Amino acid sequence: MNEHLRSTAVEREPAPPTPWGAADEIATYLAPRSLDAALEALRAGPVTILAGGTDLMPQSKTGRARFHPTLMNIRRIPELQGIGEASGMVRFGALATMTDLLENALVRSRFNALWQACDCFASDQLRNVATIGGNICNASPAGDTLVPLLVFDAHVVLASKADGTLATRTVPLRDFLVGPGRTSRRPDELLTAVEVPLPNERFVSAFYKAGARPALDISAISIGVGANPAAGALNDARIAFGAVAPTAIRAPRTEATLEGRLVAETIEPALKAADDEISPISDVRASAWYRRELIRNVLRGMLENVGQC
Amino acid sequence: MSANVSIAFTLNGVAVRATVPAHQSALEMLRDELHLTGTKYGCGEGECGACTINVDGSSANSCLLFAADCDGRDVVTIEGLADDKLTERLKQSFVTHGAVQCGFCTPGLVMQARHMLDKNPHPGHDEIKRGIEGNLCRCTGYKKVIEAIAEAGEASNLEDAR
Repeated sequence: MNEHLRSTAVEREPAPPTPWGAADEIATYLAPRSLDAALEALRAGPVTILAGGTDLMPQSKTGRARFHPTLMNIRRIPELQGIGEASGMVRFGALATMTDLLENALVRSRFNALWQACDCFASDQLRNVATIGGNICNASPAGDTLVPLLVFDAHVVLASKADGTLATRTVPLRDFLVGPGRTSRRPDELLTAVEVPLPNERFVSAFYKAGARPALDISAISIGVGANPAAGALNDARIAFGAVAPTAIRAPRTEATLEGRLVAETIEPALKAADDEISPISDVRASAWYRRELIRNVLRGMLENVGQC
Repeated sequence: MSANVSIAFTLNGVAVRATVPAHQSALEMLRDELHLTGTKYGCGEGECGACTINVDGSSANSCLLFAADCDGRDVVTIEGLADDKLTERLKQSFVTHGAVQCGFCTPGLVMQARHMLDKNPHPGHDEIKRGIEGNLCRCTGYKKVIEAIAEAGEASNLEDAR
């Protein structure tokens, strides 16, 4: 046998697993049509929750997600639908898709950073299906909507029936995200909505995501910036980062450096504070060094832009 | 083995019933159970768009959709567009512009282009590029595909004017 061919055969990666099969341990499939029925199921035992499925399906095919005995599809629960505003609080139902957010007039006019994050989220086919609740519960450090939602001080609403009666609690998103793929949701709880205070009309915000290509990419880094700009200074400055820490994070020390002062004078100390606040790792998408370079250079440009608003 | 789920839905305008394993994807159901093989298996993780179908009026990757979640919904595959006028115009335009080479991505691209023209009947080249960003084609380099979709949009423009 030709020596060259033989070595090629040895070096070739093992054949990928067959696309069909795997993850076939689901004992019960439920598709409740009310929040009450869903919470009863969660109370009864370990449940894998399915919404859009765009993360769950590939995770299950590759064995990264294991199914609990019950798979519960929550897409038919009316209480989890819709986007609305009441007395200064905007409520995004957990099942609102990226396309729903993109087409919402309030998101377009008042939540620019969130609109931009949805706009560069994956592809049209995925935006039509992927939900805001799923993006949050998947808790990827690079989750696209998490960074702008942190900028807008989002809270998540969790419902349960632990002792037989409906109970809800509201948790700041920054406390809800506790690690890669991990949240503080209890197994008997369902994320029903995301609540975001409506920012005042002068609040400006922006989101930037750096990756290898514009579409269908997982961020190497992402940045969200928000503030009330006034004469070159930033009031209520808010900075959030994605893919440079175990979770998407707010950067309070960077914010404190900027708060109320001229951007032109605080930009260098702010970039230093940001570099201290992030803890990037090297992985398949970028090295830690490159992530730090991206944060420094992209954040500089974003702050200069906001300072000119 | 996973639990089986009995579902009833509309497939290409026809009411159908199926029993599917809970973990099965809509793509597996369409190809392996219902033998509609126009919808292609490319990457299996939502990157390539070869499996694009339309569910309740929106395009979706069938490889990421749980088959059980088709219950009660209106599903259209490339086979269901055989008699659709706008799809016929897309098809002719793809042929005229040489937008088909190996053809593996073509059903997904036509499904996505059809959905795009529904939302925006006369898209410009930049809008088309955004619209098909979830569809990979390794042959054409996209230029001919974009021109084909643009012309189908323009043709519908002419028809509107008549």
